Amino acid sequence: MDFQESLLWKYKDILTKYLAVQSEQTLYLTQKLSKEILENHIPPEEVINLHKSVLNELIPEVPSEVLVSFDILLEIMMSYGLAYLEHQSLRYKQMELEMELEFGANMQKMLLGSAIPKYDYLDIGAISIPAKIMNGDYFHFDIDSDQELKVAIADVIGKGIPAALCMSMIKYAVDSLSYSKHNSPEVVLERLNRIVEKNVDLGIFITMFYGSYNPKQHVIQYASAGHEPGFFYNKKENSFVDLQAKGLLLGIDPHVTYPKFEISLEIGDMIILLSDGVTETRTEDGFLEREMIIDLLNKYMHLSAQEIVNNIYRDLSKIQHYQIRDDFTMIIMRRLV
Amino acid sequence: MNITVDVNKTDGNTIMKISGEIDAYTAPKLKETINQLTKEDGKNVVIDLTDVIYMDSTGLGVLVAAFKKIKTNGGSFILTGLSNRLQRLFTITGLSEIMDIKGESK
Repeated sequence: MDFQESLLWKYKDILTKYLAVQSEQTLYLTQKLSKEILENHIPPEEVINLHKSVLNELIPEVPSEVLVSFDILLEIMMSYGLAYLEHQSLRYKQMELEMELEFGANMQKMLLGSAIPKYDYLDIGAISIPAKIMNGDYFHFDIDSDQELKVAIADVIGKGIPAALCMSMIKYAVDSLSYSKHNSPEVVLERLNRIVEKNVDLGIFITMFYGSYNPKQHVIQYASAGHEPGFFYNKKENSFVDLQAKGLLLGIDPHVTYPKFEISLEIGDMIILLSDGVTETRTEDGFLEREMIIDLLNKYMHLSAQEIVNNIYRDLSKIQHYQIRDDFTMIIMRRLV
Repeated sequence: MNITVDVNKTDGNTIMKISGEIDAYTAPKLKETINQLTKEDGKNVVIDLTDVIYMDSTGLGVLVAAFKKIKTNGGSFILTGLSNRLQRLFTITGLSEIMDIKGESK
């Protein structure tokens, strides 16, 4: 029995029962049937037609005016039928787009993925979580030909797909600039700035912190292009200070230069880098203060760098009811020996 | 999450008063209004941010794009009424050094 036949049979059954006794149970059966009708893509006007013919069959003496009146209803339902068809095709399109987006996001994850390196001199932890499906934040670790550890954290201003595509371009530029030992942080930012300025459309800008860690002297040299300042933790004094740096964000002025800064790390000292998704966390009474990040750093200080960033992400996303509004990236580097 | 943009034009000067929150959801509306203004050459635009409760980096992107466009067209671009939080955003990004930001922070 095909669906049309079974529908006719079920509809007749329901209508017969309901005309005899107006019970809740019959209405429940109707609800079940309407689900089947939708699953089988039966347009609404066909249901009206069905009703009309079944009614005529069950009550042959039904006044012809009543039967004719269904023509009006039928005409109106035809418009609903068209809207329903359109809705169906949009749903398919949406499913297609969602699938493509998912492919894109996976591709981006693969392209941007930077392994978190392990060294006996430095404990490194890093986390980067996108607010939407694609990430506009990015972090990067690399070793140059002189064995210095290069670290970068960047945030594309703007969100979603354009930001993500832009980030892929930046990643390749950073990769190719990082390997040369001659490229100190301010040089890397100056070159990137020109690349971004030339290639990126108006309205997309990038902030970046770039550092180079010398494992023999335990000194990090760094420069910042308008990036949210990180922290330096001094273990001996048990104090946190802002990693101050000045510099214009990338992509605005091709002639801008970036000053270089330097910090020495003793055993147990930490460098903490963040994106503005961390500091722009919304709390019950407004916005997160940087002091709260320091409180959290103190709270998890005894853990490994990776556990610290994981725990801070967990706590801050909990405050926002697990719906972060901006991409969230945090890096911790702690000198071990 | 709402934003209102009032535009007042007086001989050659345009004062734009933004109220509310500028984020990823409201930025497109702001962008549309600003784009209307930046189309003409030699515009003098003052943007009043006194009643902006919140602005994230998306909003910053819209303002910077407008700033670049107006400067290229030979106009002037002035920001006023920045809260401490907004002032900090412009300082960190280095924008306060290239943009004309007027008035004491409140």
